[in-house]
Amino acid sequence: MSITLTHYLVLAALLFSIALVGIVTNRKNIIVLLMAIELMLLSVNINFVAFSHYLGNLHGQVFALFIMVVAAAKLAIGLTILVLLFRRKRGINVGEFMEQKG
Amino acid sequence: MIDFFSWISVYPEIVLLAMICVVVLVDLLDHSAERWPAYVISLLTLFVLSVLTGAYALSGEVVHGFFNSVLSDPLANWLKCFSALAMLVTLAYARPYVAGRGMLRGGEWYVLGLLALLGCFVLISADNFLLIYLGLECLALASCALVALRRDHAPALEAAMKYFVLGAMASGFLLYGLSMLYGVAGTLGINEVLSVLASGHAHPKVLIFALVFIVAGLALKLGAVPFHMWMPDVYQGAPTATALLLASAPKLAAFAMAVRLLVQGLLPLAQEWQPMLALLAAASLLLGNLVAIKQTNLKRMLAYATVSHMGFVLLGLVPGVAGADVQAAANAYSAAMFCMVTYVMAMLAAFGLMLALARKGFESDEISDFAGLHQRQPLYAAVMALAMLSLAGVPPLAGFQARLLVVQALLAAGHPIYFWLAVFAVLISVVGAFQYLRVIKVMYFDAAAEGTPLDTAPEKRALLALNGALLLFYGILPGGLLALCGDAILRMLQN
Repeated sequence: MSITLTHYLVLAALLFSIALVGIVTNRKNIIVLLMAIELMLLSVNINFVAFSHYLGNLHGQVFALFIMVVAAAKLAIGLTILVLLFRRKRGINVGEFMEQKG
Repeated sequence: MIDFFSWISVYPEIVLLAMICVVVLVDLLDHSAERWPAYVISLLTLFVLSVLTGAYALSGEVVHGFFNSVLSDPLANWLKCFSALAMLVTLAYARPYVAGRGMLRGGEWYVLGLLALLGCFVLISADNFLLIYLGLECLALASCALVALRRDHAPALEAAMKYFVLGAMASGFLLYGLSMLYGVAGTLGINEVLSVLASGHAHPKVLIFALVFIVAGLALKLGAVPFHMWMPDVYQGAPTATALLLASAPKLAAFAMAVRLLVQGLLPLAQEWQPMLALLAAASLLLGNLVAIKQTNLKRMLAYATVSHMGFVLLGLVPGVAGADVQAAANAYSAAMFCMVTYVMAMLAAFGLMLALARKGFESDEISDFAGLHQRQPLYAAVMALAMLSLAGVPPLAGFQARLLVVQALLAAGHPIYFWLAVFAVLISVVGAFQYLRVIKVMYFDAAAEGTPLDTAPEKRALLALNGALLLFYGILPGGLLALCGDAILRMLQN
């Protein structure tokens, strides 16, 4: 059995859904939230590189490189907000941040 | 080599980036607490940008640059002009607020605001998936930093976290859809995707799969139901000046992204995305108008007003290609654009008044803070009344004209579902008008609250009066603005 395009796409879909579940059902830890966001972008990267190889086109790989750079910048901002929150709240429990309702 | 026309197509972005660097350097040398040099340079930059992009849009040229990834057509230039003007008004309204709350410690407020505008510009002009993503991320990251700028205020940090996570989800969804679309079409350029789809060689199931994710990402960014969760919390938690910034220029950029992706790129799939948008629009109208009734916080109420206005804008995008008639499609899309522009004007007035009422240590974001405003400052009460009536869709204000145009476009399409959508939209707007009329009642008929001093600087009064007057003017004579939108959309469709 050889690895075809479908295998990569299914892998990316599985990673994307794991990341989505991680973001939506996470109530304990903001760092897990940030990891899930990175996993989402990673699954999109796999998609782009797989399609790029399948189409014989370099555009997908270029886009994947750009996504990696932007994900790094995003992570920097996310971690900064996390540090600021930690200084105010002395904890990183997501459930405490649901104060505002309605 | 990069040819001359490529540089012409990105000249607003180049000017903006150069002035951002100038503001950063000037700010380094400036040690005052009020940051006047950064403020003045930012305002001048935005004024020059709006004049340049407006003049360029009036000339009607279309320039493709950087191997067809940047598109500078009248639609892009008008949207850039409006977002530069919106940012200019935002910075002018926000200056006393940010100065009094320690947000100006390093002058980053202005730099980040201009960077957010740069993200908007890149997003508006993008003709390639890569540029759409880069513009979207530049805007999202700058906005995130702006929300978190008030480091000592816990609600602002929570709002920043929520905005960050939901923004990341939005770009994650959008990117996943774009990656599937790339796999099907083989290219990242929007015009090339259009030609591949029109030739009919693409696999339909994968296209619909990609389309679902793209529409989900767009809905998350615009704030349509069921992806609206972030908006009330972010608007309430963020500093009022940042909430104004989030509600004005980024919405125009999100509209441009929706039009570029769905209308310019995925037009052959219109049968698929029109029902999706109709569903999102109906749900947004229902939820935005009903839940806002029980809000007592003005910022949350305006967030739900945003949700219902995004419903109207999406309704304008729905009936476009039903009759395969370019003029009817242009009417529908220009109605959506007019709706978006009048929404931004009304939001600027409403938030501007909240900022005028806020004093050091006193956030004026409850509706009860506006009690008796008519006795204290009749001009402010009048402008707020105009803004509220425009959001409610009462004639002869701009909001009414926008809704009328959207309803006309829906009825002109002729499909029975669109007729019932139009009826539903009008009825639910009547229900939702309560929230805006309540603010007017509190201002005019309640006893005045304790006498906290208001910001009555003459330039602020003049700007607020101009804002309110424009709402009235475009309600009575929408022709000029509407012709602009219509012309821009028509050229975009013909290209």
